[in-house]
Order: sequence, then C-alpha cells, then structure tokens
Amino acid sequence: MTELPVNGPISGERIAELLDELGVTHVVTVPDSTIGIWQPAIEARGSTQIVRVCREGETWQVAAGLYLGGARPMVMIQCTGLFESGDALRNVLHDWKLPIFAVIGYRSYLNQDTLPGDTCLVFTEPVLDAWKVDYKLITKPEEERVIADHYAACQAAKKPGAVVIAEGKA
Amino acid sequence: MSKAHRMPAKEALAAVHAARGARDVVITTMATSRDWMTMPQHALDVVFVPSAMGHATSLGLGLALAQPDRRIIVCNGDGSMLMNLGSLVSIVGAGAAAARLVVLVFDNGVYEVTGAQPTPSSGNTDFAAIARGAGFDRVFEFDDLDTWRRHAGDVLAGDGPTFAWLKVAPVLGIPGPRSPGPAAERARRFADALRS
Repeated sequence: MTELPVNGPISGERIAELLDELGVTHVVTVPDSTIGIWQPAIEARGSTQIVRVCREGETWQVAAGLYLGGARPMVMIQCTGLFESGDALRNVLHDWKLPIFAVIGYRSYLNQDTLPGDTCLVFTEPVLDAWKVDYKLITKPEEERVIADHYAACQAAKKPGAVVIAEGKA
Repeated sequence: MSKAHRMPAKEALAAVHAARGARDVVITTMATSRDWMTMPQHALDVVFVPSAMGHATSLGLGLALAQPDRRIIVCNGDGSMLMNLGSLVSIVGAGAAAARLVVLVFDNGVYEVTGAQPTPSSGNTDFAAIARGAGFDRVFEFDDLDTWRRHAGDVLAGDGPTFAWLKVAPVLGIPGPRSPGPAAERARRFADALRS
C-alpha cells in the first residue's frame, strides 16, 4: 500500500479543482478530520458553495432539494455519517431516484495494521452494498481521477454513486 | 396547550393554500400531505410522500438555496420537526440564500398518522423559543384560526427565514397520506415546473 500524506490522500486545492471541473455547485457536508480540511481551499476557489448542516441525514435531503432546483450538489460525509443517514439516503436515492453523488471518508482504513478493531472497517462497504450505492474506493493519491471519472459516469447514467476515500494515519 | 386553544388543522392548512403565491413552492409531509391532497393541486406542490422522517425542512433548505428568488414553504408537523431540530440551525446557517424559506409547524402534540401516540413533547415544547434560539428572527405563533387567516399572507411574504408555530387539534382515526403516484415521475414533473 502506498503511504498517503497526513490528513488524506488529496489536497484541498486539488479537490477544489476537481469540483470546479465537474461543475459541482454545492458541497453539502458534515466534516471529519480528512474531508474537513478541504473546506478552506473549496471556499477560496469560489466555484463551489459549502452548505454546512448539523447531521449527516440532512445532507441527502438538502442535496435532493438542490438537485430538484437545478443545482449540481455533492454530499461529503464520513462513513459514520453514512451509517447515521440511512433513511434519508434510502428516500432520496431509491424512492425519489435522484442521482446524488457522495464522497465518503473511510475512517481507519489506513490504520488496519496498527489500530485494528474499528468497526467502520467491518460495516462501511457492506452498508454501501446494502443501500445499492455504486461506489469506488480510493486508497492512493494517484487515484484522484477516480472521483471525476466515477462522478461523470454516474451523472451520465443518471444514477447515484459514491467515492470512498481511505482515511487514517500516513 | 389546552384543546380550546388549538385551530382545526385542515382549516389552518387551507389558509396556507389560499395565501401561497403562484410561484411559491409548498412542501407538505405526513398529516399536512394528507389534508393538502384534498385541496386543488399546483405544479409547484411537493407532496413529500414517501418521505424520510423529519426531513421536509432539509428538502426545503436545498430548494431555497437552488432557487433563492422563489418562496419555499414547508408545512411540517411537530413530530417531524422534533426529529430534525438541527435543520433549523442549518437553515439559519445558510444565511441570506435561505431568506425566502418559511417553516410552518402544525403542532398537534401527537404522531397523528401512526395513531396519535403522544410525541415526547406532548404539547409542552415551545417551538417559537427553539426557533429563536436557532437564530430565526421572524418567528410567529398562532392558536386562533381567524387571526392566522388574517396574518398568513404577511407571514409567508416577508423575508426571513421565517418560522411559524401553528397550534392545531389532532385529527383522530383517519389514515395517513398515501403517495399520489410514483415519486420519481413527480420529481421530474416538479423540476420541469420549476424551470418553466
């Protein structure tokens, strides 16, 4: 496994560029210690608005409203928030069939050898499978294009999707 | 809250129906959806059935951010509001972009659509204080139907975001709302209506 820089595999500046390139108008988010540090760069670039909410379940429904209103939102949460937000996700993706895309931080993925036992490692991918979310896992910095490619593919197919980003120590 | 000081719920909702503007979006959920569907429908209605519990306010926030020039009116219940109180903070945190979002809480003190079991609040929660505490500047409360009818237009029209606490009587023994049709098709029609 390639070692990743502290606080995640991709810089905030690169994420901001990607969001701009993809035409993402809003990131609806509850931060964690990896995806949260992207916020200053996203705000500095100015092409994508950050919508801060109190609980991850809100992110899916706020994104749904944005999408229906003509915007191009993205959800950005940690996997723990994914667990919290199941009913909202189910409703948006499967009842209303809205093609909302998410970037999900995968807590402890890079700590499996040194800090085993975080149940995020047990449940994250099975939960995504259970909710029928088409996701790609990024574990190396050079895989950043997966975000753009998978987002574009899901939008073209008008279906939801996610990229799961490995987190943990470098 | 005594029963004597609760409005008939359907009439209170009808006042919203009468006061909404032609370009306004109205989101209903749970009991308000059931009653709203008995009234003439509009292309900019969102009957949030099926729903995610408590998330009508979050859906409204997203619409308000995408369509800041359009008024977004959320007809919520007290049970639904209690499930997502944090959304009030999120709405205020969104700033001026959400200025035309109106949250109406029809407070009957019970989970009406599941058989009128009491909420944890049981009518003792001060929703106006919660809204003010979350940062809403425009906060109203009504328990008299004539007064609400007289003021509904002004409440909906002002720039906020706006919160109104409407104390209504529970309606017992009537089933909850049924979906008026496939949600995905309704979503497409609604999005088209927003663009037209």
